[in-house]
Amino acid sequence: MSIAFDYTRSLGPVLSRFMTGLRDGRVLGGRTADGRVHVPPLEFDPLTHEPVTDLVDVSPVGTVISWTWVDQPLEGQPLSRPFAWALIRLDGADTALLHAVDIQDQDQIRTGLRVRAKWSPSRIGHINDIACFEPGSTPGDISDMSPGEPVKIMTTPIRLHYRHTTSDEEDRYLRALADGRLIGQRCPACRKVYVPPRVCPADGVAPGEVVDVADRGTVTTFCVVNVPFAGQRLDPPYVVAQVLLDGADIPIPHLVLGLDAGDVRMGMRVAAVWRDRSEWAATPVNIAHFEPTGEPDAAYESYAEHL
Amino acid sequence: MRRAAVLGTGQTHHRTRRTDVSMAGLCREAIDRAMTDSGTDWSQIDAVVLGKAPDLFEGVMMPELFLADAIGAAGKPLLRVHTAGSVGGATAIVATSLIRAGVHRRVLAVAFEKQSESNAMWALSIQPPFTAPIGAGAGGYFAPHIRSYIRRFEAPDHIGAMVAVKDRQNGALNPFAHLRQPDITLDSVRESRMLWDPIRYDETCPSSDGACAVVIGDEAAANASDRQVAWIKATAMRTEPTFYSGKDHVNPRAGVEAANALWTAAGIKDPLDEIDVAEIYVPFSWFEPMWLENLGFVGPGQGWKLTESGETRIGGRLPVNPSGGVLCSNPIGASGLLRFAESAMQVMGRAGEHQVAGAATALGHAYGGGSQFFSMWVVGQQP
Amino acid sequence: MSDVAIIGFARSDSSITTSGVETLVPVFEQALAQAGLGRQEIDFWCSGSSDYLAGRAFSFVNAVDAIGAVPPISESHVEMDAAWALYEAYLKILAGEAETALVYGFGKASAGDLSRVLALQLDPYTVAPLWPDSISVAALQARLALEAGLFSERDMAVVAARDSGVGAGELLGQAYLRNPLRTHDVARVLDGAAAVVLAGGERARRGRADRSRPAWITGIAHRIDPQGLGERDLTTVPSAALAAADAGFDGEVDVVALHAPFTHQELLLRAALPDGRQVRILPDNGQAMFSAGLSRIGAAAEEIMSGRAETAAAHATSGPALQQNLVCVLAAAETTPEAER
Repeated sequence: MSIAFDYTRSLGPVLSRFMTGLRDGRVLGGRTADGRVHVPPLEFDPLTHEPVTDLVDVSPVGTVISWTWVDQPLEGQPLSRPFAWALIRLDGADTALLHAVDIQDQDQIRTGLRVRAKWSPSRIGHINDIACFEPGSTPGDISDMSPGEPVKIMTTPIRLHYRHTTSDEEDRYLRALADGRLIGQRCPACRKVYVPPRVCPADGVAPGEVVDVADRGTVTTFCVVNVPFAGQRLDPPYVVAQVLLDGADIPIPHLVLGLDAGDVRMGMRVAAVWRDRSEWAATPVNIAHFEPTGEPDAAYESYAEHL
Repeated sequence: MRRAAVLGTGQTHHRTRRTDVSMAGLCREAIDRAMTDSGTDWSQIDAVVLGKAPDLFEGVMMPELFLADAIGAAGKPLLRVHTAGSVGGATAIVATSLIRAGVHRRVLAVAFEKQSESNAMWALSIQPPFTAPIGAGAGGYFAPHIRSYIRRFEAPDHIGAMVAVKDRQNGALNPFAHLRQPDITLDSVRESRMLWDPIRYDETCPSSDGACAVVIGDEAAANASDRQVAWIKATAMRTEPTFYSGKDHVNPRAGVEAANALWTAAGIKDPLDEIDVAEIYVPFSWFEPMWLENLGFVGPGQGWKLTESGETRIGGRLPVNPSGGVLCSNPIGASGLLRFAESAMQVMGRAGEHQVAGAATALGHAYGGGSQFFSMWVVGQQP
Repeated sequence: MSDVAIIGFARSDSSITTSGVETLVPVFEQALAQAGLGRQEIDFWCSGSSDYLAGRAFSFVNAVDAIGAVPPISESHVEMDAAWALYEAYLKILAGEAETALVYGFGKASAGDLSRVLALQLDPYTVAPLWPDSISVAALQARLALEAGLFSERDMAVVAARDSGVGAGELLGQAYLRNPLRTHDVARVLDGAAAVVLAGGERARRGRADRSRPAWITGIAHRIDPQGLGERDLTTVPSAALAAADAGFDGEVDVVALHAPFTHQELLLRAALPDGRQVRILPDNGQAMFSAGLSRIGAAAEEIMSGRAETAAAHATSGPALQQNLVCVLAAAETTPEAER
C-alpha cells in the first residue's frame, strides 16, 4: 500500500529568506558569529546558540567536493536519467550543499569540478527551484520571476510504498472470512477466545485451539460519528459499535446500520450483514456492517466486563 | 535515591498553525524560555531528551537527528522518546532518570508537535490493508468508553459540559493557551455540535502546534538555583495492551497501578487531601471525572460528583487543569510535558494568573494509546 | 554504586510480520530462559523501533502485545535503535528504579524501500525534498575519506571479505553500486528482532539459568553530531570518540562488535575509537534495522557470557553518515566500587 501526503512546512525567518531567495534566483548563506557562511543557512548559530540573522548572497557557482553516481534514479529525485549526487561548496560559502549534478557519464564528474546552478523555469520558493547543477564556471541563464510576497510555507509531497505481511493467525482468519466464517482462537493460558485470533495480549503466548464464533452478538458500547475527517470511508452520521460476538471473549469494532443512529443501544443484539457471496475475498470487508436482529436486549451484566 | 528537581520551564504560544516558525524555531521558543526561567546556560546542559508523537505527523523520520544542532544537543547525548500520547510525560521521566542515575547534573527535556505540517487524523487512519476498515477518528475511539462510564455510574449529561466550561475559562487565564474562551457557558457547550456522540465539539481538544521544555537538575543544581524549584517527589509509568479480554477501558488497570505506585513513592496517603493542584491529561471533557477515579482521588462513580460540586475549579478542593489543560492546547507530543511543566510551575509559584494559591504539592499526568500508556509525577516545594 | 550486567540475549533474523509480535514472542522466551527469569520478574521493559520503517503511526504499540502486559508493566519506548533503549533501561537500574529489564528492538526493513525511507531522516527543508537515498549519502562520505587518503577501496573490500569469505581482489572486480561503493560495501539489511536482559548487581550475581557468567557493563555512553552533511567533517566521527571516552573505552579489550552499515564506516569508526592492542573484530552477518545496534551489544556480551572473551566493547550507530553513536564496554570481572578498592 502507498502512503502519500503533501506536507506543508512553515519555514520561519531564516529558511523563509533562503527559499524566497531561490524563487528570486539568488542563493543566500547564513553568516554565523565566527564569520563562516553556511549554505544552506543554519537557523541557529552552533557556537552562540543565537538565531542567525545575517544572510548574504553567495554565488550560484561552486566546486564539487564529493560525488556519487546514480544509475537508476528513484522516485522523487531531481532527475529521471542517470545523474550524480554531489556535495557542492558554492563560491562565497564555507559549507557544502547537497544536490544533483546533470552530467552524461560518471567519467565526466570528479572532485574539484566547477558546477553552476541550473535554475528551474518556474520557481516557487523550494529547494527544487534549483533544478540541478551542471558543469560550468559562470552563472547560468535564469528566467525572471516577478518578485512577490516572501515565501513562508513550502509543500513537500511524501510518497512511500509498503508491503504488509500477515501473521499465520491473521492469514487463517482472513481465509475463513473468504468462506463466510468467523473464527477465533483460544489462549492456552487464560482460555479466552480472541477474535480476530492473535498472540494473547494479556499473556504474550501464541494462540491455540481454533474456535468458530457466531456472526451475531451484542453491542457493548458505541459512538455516533457525526464528524467528517481525513481518511474517513463513510459519510457521517454512522454508528461504530463494539460488538461482542457470541462465543468470543473480546468485542470487535464494526458499523451498526439499518436503523436510525439514535436508536442504537448498549446491549442491542445485532447480526453481520455479509456482502454478496460473489464479492467475497480474504478480507474483513466481506462483512458490510451489522444490523439489529430484533432479539431482546442482552442484560447489562452479560457484557459489563467488556467495557 | 538521588534527588532531582525542575529548575525551570518554558512553552510556546500554542496555535492551530504556527506558520511563523520552523520545527527548530518552535522548539527553541520553548527551550529559550525554559533556559531563562531556570537561569541555565547552554554550557551547563549535559544531555537532551526529545519527545514527540508519531513521525508521520511531521513527515520527518526521527526529527531529533536534523534538529540536534538547533536544540543544543550537538556533541551531547540525545535520546528520542515516543510513547504515544503519554510521550511528553515519559520525556520528563526519562530526563529525571538521567539525573537520578547520577549520570548528569542538568538535562533539557523538550517535546513538540507541529500538527499543521500534515493532518493527524490522516496519519492515524493508516492501517495495514488486512485490518477491518472501521474509521471512527480519535474521538470515535474514546467516545464509547465515555458512554460506558455514563452508563456504569449513571452520570448526568451536563458533567462533560461543566468540565469544558471550567477548562476553557481557565485557559483564558493562560497567555500561552491555544483556546481562550472567557465567555463560554454551559449552554453554549451543550448547543455545540455533537461530533462523536456523546462528545460535543466544545468538549474536544483542539489540534495545535506547540512545544514545551523543562530543565531538570540534580540536588546540587537545585540548591544552586536562586529561585524556587519543583522537587520531583516521585514518578511512575505503567503500560497495558490496547485491547485484551476483560480490559476495563473506563478505569484501566495501568492507570490505577501507576497511581498507586506514585502515591506510595511520594509518601502520599490521601491524594485528595495532600495534592493541592492537578494537571491531568483530559483530551475530551469526560475524562476529568474518569481519571479522578482512576488516579484514586475518589472512589468509583464519585468522579463526576467531585466535578459537579465545583471542587475542581481554581479555588476548589482540588483544582484540575488551571492552565486550561489539553482541552485548550493540544500539541500532541508536547501535551504531556505541558501537564508536567504546569504542575511544576504551580509549586514554583510561577503560574501567573492561573496560579493556585498555596500550591505546595502538585500532580502532572499524561496518558496515551488506547488508554494504555500512563506517565505521572508528583512535584513539591520541599524535597 | 549499582552494577548492571547483561544476562540474556536472543535475536531472530527470520521474516517478521507487520506487527512484529509473532517474531518477538519466541525472542523474549529465549532471552528470558537464558537469563533464568520469568516474564513477570522483569521490572522494566524498553524498546526501540520506527514508525517510518513500519509504514504506519504507533507501530510500537502493537508490539506490546508480545509481552503479555497484564498485570500492567513499567515500560518505555525510544524511536531509535534499541541500543538506546538499552541505555534507558541501564539508567533505570542505575537509578534504583528497577532491578531487572528486558530491552528489545524490531523492524521490518523490507516492508518499504529502505534507502528512500531513510531519506526522510535528512533536513526536511533543504535536503529530504530531493530524496537522496541512504546509500548515496554514504557514498559521498566514503569518497571524502578515500580522497583524503584515510584508506583505499581495497581496505574497504578487506572488511567485506572478512565477513563474507570472498577474496578482496574478487570483490574489487565488481561494478560500483554507488561509486565508490560496491554491493559488498553495504551491509546486508535484514528483517528481525533482538532482546537483551539486564540485571542489577545482586540479581545478576545470582546467576543465569545455565550458570554461565554475566557480562558486566563497565561503561556505556552515547553522543550525537550535527547532521548537516556539508557542515560537518564526514571523515571524522567525533560523537563516537566522545562516547568511547565517556564509556571508558581505551581499546584494551579482547573483542569489539561494531555497528557499521557500510565498510568505509567501519574504517572511520576504527580510526575514531582508541587504538589498543590488536583486537578481534566480531563479524556481523547482516543488520536488522532498529535492533542491529542492540544485537551488537548482545553479541559482544555473548562473547563474555560464553567465556570466549574476558573484555569486550560494542558500538551502535544511528542517523545518516554515522551521526549518532553509542559505545558500551563489557567485562567478565565485576567492577569493584571505588570505595572498596
